[in-house]
Amino acid sequence: MTMMDRKLDAEHPLFQVQGLSKYYGSRIGCADVSFDLYPGEVLGIVGESGSGKSTLLSCLAGHLTPDTGRVIFDTAVGPRDTVIMAEAERRRMARTDWAFVHQNPRDGLRMGVSAGGNVGERLMAIGARHYGEIRGQAIDWLGRVEIAADRIDDRPSAFSGGMQQRLQIARNLVTAPRLVFMDEPTGGLDVSVQARLLDLLRGLVRDLGLSAIIVTHDLAVVRLLADRLMVMKDGRVVEQGLTDQVLDDPQHAYTQLLVSSVLQV
Amino acid sequence: MTDQAYNFAYLDEQTKRMIRRAILKGIAVPGYQVPFASREMPMPYGWGTGGVQVTAACLTPVDVLKVIDQGADDTTNAVSIRKFFQRTAGIAVTEATQEATIIQTRHRIPETSLTTGQILVYQVPIPEPLRFLEPRETETRKMHELEEYGLMHVKLYEDIARHGTIATSYDYPVKVEGRYVMDPSPIPKFDNPKLSDSPAIQLFGAGREQRIYALPPYTNVVSLDFDDHPFQPSKAPHDCDLCGAADSYLDEVITDDQGGRMFVCSDTDFCRSRRAAGHVGRLGSAAVEASE
Repeated sequence: MTMMDRKLDAEHPLFQVQGLSKYYGSRIGCADVSFDLYPGEVLGIVGESGSGKSTLLSCLAGHLTPDTGRVIFDTAVGPRDTVIMAEAERRRMARTDWAFVHQNPRDGLRMGVSAGGNVGERLMAIGARHYGEIRGQAIDWLGRVEIAADRIDDRPSAFSGGMQQRLQIARNLVTAPRLVFMDEPTGGLDVSVQARLLDLLRGLVRDLGLSAIIVTHDLAVVRLLADRLMVMKDGRVVEQGLTDQVLDDPQHAYTQLLVSSVLQV
Repeated sequence: MTDQAYNFAYLDEQTKRMIRRAILKGIAVPGYQVPFASREMPMPYGWGTGGVQVTAACLTPVDVLKVIDQGADDTTNAVSIRKFFQRTAGIAVTEATQEATIIQTRHRIPETSLTTGQILVYQVPIPEPLRFLEPRETETRKMHELEEYGLMHVKLYEDIARHGTIATSYDYPVKVEGRYVMDPSPIPKFDNPKLSDSPAIQLFGAGREQRIYALPPYTNVVSLDFDDHPFQPSKAPHDCDLCGAADSYLDEVITDDQGGRMFVCSDTDFCRSRRAAGHVGRLGSAAVEASE
């Protein structure tokens, strides 16, 4: 089987999490989380504040070291446990095969560097050394996230919140990652900008065949983007399944509460 | 003439030993910033406290010292450091590059080629080339450790995007032996090619930041650039107005308030020896200048 076949092969999970736990002293961050993510699949993680969503995402993305459990990613050389992988290798993977979209674009962008430099950074980090090509790709990606090409030399501080978030997405996707972690990607944006961003994200995920893990407390976001849904409470997964199934026919009491709490306009 | 109240070359022997160990480690790992316990020196930070400590640790009674500041032997910084070592070590001093065994420098490499056995000591204000892009020391150390140097090119990218060309003209980042990215101290990028393959030992001391790094003789040093925007050493497009040299780095000197100016070699020893050899520039007069 060639590598291309492997990537598209829905038989092999892209990302496997087994028995992952993280404790802060005696407090639970997240406990005993397991799931498989297949290529092209989008997993939503919902739950209230403090339910361990962000802790889980940080453990998955390698920003935190879990206390127990395995996080297995299907790398170019086969499945590897990223928890015990050498740091150099994990960081290389984090800037090629993975991407991380922060809730606050200021955390994910370099505010003192122009939009083009922000998008080009990942390319330069993996060895691109041709200015013209880097700039060409930056312009291409700014176009894809609906930022005008003449803003390429402006700093992100001159951008609106929605533009900053789109710039952050472009900066992350420029190296064609296979797995994208998103932490509340629409948080802090007004509803119309949220809608456009969701539209854009949905298009990108579908066009590029990305796998994504999206942490959010906004059920509308997962309804639109996620194939599968995981509901967390107090650090544990209380329910998981297909998004529509979980949202339309919630089984767990907490999920029922969560779904019924959404304001109907 | 040595002031007997001080140990030879001011620092006590244990301190010199500590600094020598840092220097040896630096030479063993070219371009790597070795932390060292920088001492208070009787001069303010920014005046070359790092360079002075490295020089003090290298000096022996038979050494001949030359000190230059922006290429000149007769500016305040150079004069005071030279006096400092004359007084505390009683060593011989010189202004001639080829006669010196140790040359402490601020912001220039001498025009005259260095030779085997010479030591060039640089004063370094900020040893971390990634500092202005990544403020966290823990993170920059990690980046050096894992050779994550993409960020350095982001800086050059920003230069081209803003100015159309790599506008960084001094403090131009280099890569040492294909491994560590190093800050060459604020020398003009005109001097960068001289860092590579030099027969002399090059030592870098940063007193406030407490770092020492080094280039052993004949080390390969490459200035970072882009394929389509290659590194170009630059200088003012003039000849020296005193000695006529076309290939030396020039200072611009404003001569009046009518827009009058002249360009002179920043390396005063180089300029003087050329004039002594009979070279005359646009504004120089051979006889007067040579008899100075």
